[in-house]
Amino acid sequence: MKAAPARNAVWAVAVATALLAYPLIFSSPFQQRLGALVLLYAIAASAWNIVGGYAGQVSVGHVVFFGCGAYAALATYHHTGLPPIAGVPLGIAASVGIAALIGVPTLRLSGHYFSMATIAVAELARLVTTNTEFLGAAVGLSGPTVPRTVFDLSFISALPYYYLFLAVLALTLGLTWWMERSRIGYYLRAIRDSERAARSLGARAGRVKLYAFMLSAGLTSVAGALYALMFGFVDPESGLGILISVKMLIMAALGGAGLLFGPLVGAAILVPLEEISNSVLGGRGAGLTFVLYGAIIVLIARFRPDGILGLLRLRRRAEVPPKDKTDAP
Amino acid sequence: MISATLVQVIVGGLLLGAVYALFSSGLTLIWGMMNVVNFAHGDFVMVAMYTAFMLWSLLGLGPEASVPVAALVLATIGILSYFLLVRHIMRGPMIAQILGTFGLALLLRYTVFGVAGANFLSLPDHLLGGVYEVFGIRLQASRLVAGVVALLVTAGLHLLLTRTTLGSRMLAVSEDATAAQLMGIRPDRMQAAAWGIAAGATGIAGALIATFFYISPTVGETLAIIAFVTVALGGFGSVPGALVAGLLIGLIESLSAYWIGAVWKDVVVYVLFVAVLWFRPQGLMGKS
Repeated sequence: MKAAPARNAVWAVAVATALLAYPLIFSSPFQQRLGALVLLYAIAASAWNIVGGYAGQVSVGHVVFFGCGAYAALATYHHTGLPPIAGVPLGIAASVGIAALIGVPTLRLSGHYFSMATIAVAELARLVTTNTEFLGAAVGLSGPTVPRTVFDLSFISALPYYYLFLAVLALTLGLTWWMERSRIGYYLRAIRDSERAARSLGARAGRVKLYAFMLSAGLTSVAGALYALMFGFVDPESGLGILISVKMLIMAALGGAGLLFGPLVGAAILVPLEEISNSVLGGRGAGLTFVLYGAIIVLIARFRPDGILGLLRLRRRAEVPPKDKTDAP
Repeated sequence: MISATLVQVIVGGLLLGAVYALFSSGLTLIWGMMNVVNFAHGDFVMVAMYTAFMLWSLLGLGPEASVPVAALVLATIGILSYFLLVRHIMRGPMIAQILGTFGLALLLRYTVFGVAGANFLSLPDHLLGGVYEVFGIRLQASRLVAGVVALLVTAGLHLLLTRTTLGSRMLAVSEDATAAQLMGIRPDRMQAAAWGIAAGATGIAGALIATFFYISPTVGETLAIIAFVTVALGGFGSVPGALVAGLLIGLIESLSAYWIGAVWKDVVVYVLFVAVLWFRPQGLMGKS
């Protein structure tokens, strides 16, 4: 057990090096774009993980925050002509507000209410947006077609996006790590183990979960804004459709919900899978991908709620005590 | 002065509300008994709607056949879901419970999407007779039949739960499974029966609603949220609560479609849901 922090540090350095080097080694446009997408979804899934994994509150409507970020960026550009990135604070503010709207009443109740409320609010946002001219209604909003200044962050190559996303992912994971180690993190673990016991020891469960939810919402909206920057377009389906929520949730759950690198692992598996199935199967692939996602989610829930990394950790723990092996699986 | 149109809107809303009440009863029954929320509930309704559509398009059968068939098909799906999935996740962590039924929802939704395509389908209007005029109110026969049958089945469900041995056994299991087991009741069987009954009722509701509602693979999402609102408003676990809340929501939907516009009717219902969670999370008829 003493070797664990050192080993974790070695792992972190190895992962960081691999991530920094990836687009230089795999340098075709397709590979760079794939890498950028993996990171983008890893950001969103890591943000989901803060409330879904660490706080144990399963949001099935997280896309509403993603949509806030994407729409705030492009609506800012569309209506004021400022670079889309200027809308990021607006998106964060809206997301945190919506998180409070959902979280304040439901986080005191059993977790089911929270999940139901998130799905309803996401659908509500999609319906309202589809019928609001200011937000482009059913047609959607576009970003700048030609970059005017570098602040538009509009590039042809995926490489700048890759490093931008990597920086934001590092920030997201850094915040998660900090939260895990802070008082909130201890409270969250206590609440997840037994809410009643944690409450009786003075942890204000509802409030702690709410903070985690708001942090998660703000970070998810940044992911949405980054999506809007890279694709330069958002409509109700791509910005507020339930399938985006599904992707965040399944990536985190497959990799390992409540584990720092779980969402990144999930994204690294599922994003290439989806890109390949879309390019091989075309339009029909989309439906098939989600049949598969449904099946994966059911299997995770049924057999391994702590995901792939949870499985590895369990195995490592079983290996270490008798022989003090130092090689990681 | 209440115009004939308004009366018609109110009657239409109540009839639709009766169907909402029926499929929400299934959700509330499972939730009240096992403290599990079935996130695939709306997709159960969707499967029943497609069952009804296929019976008509392939065999030319109307609701008199599709209602019992859909009930059977869905009861089977419900019992299978219980034994293969729910039984294993219900004691697990919250994330497993929610992911499990949510994954089931995706699986059903996109399997149907793959088989039937994304097109919106609907059954022909004349399947259950046409439109009747009673006291100046125009009533669509399909909505009338659906509403009345749904009311009867909901009432039957309530009687089944409160007046029969099976109902008392199920109640005993929900109160204390261990004690019930000591009395010779098998919790597993009772819970499976609850899933069968709840899903069967949902199947009836789906076959009924299919006679006048659009049918698409994603219709389940909308219907699931309606069921959530109904159950939250009615108080979880309460079939009479679901009945009152279902009628109320049907009424609110139809009035808001009439006054504000059809696209906003769901928006009004979803806002109502958030309001209920803020101000009366125990529901209108629930205890705190």
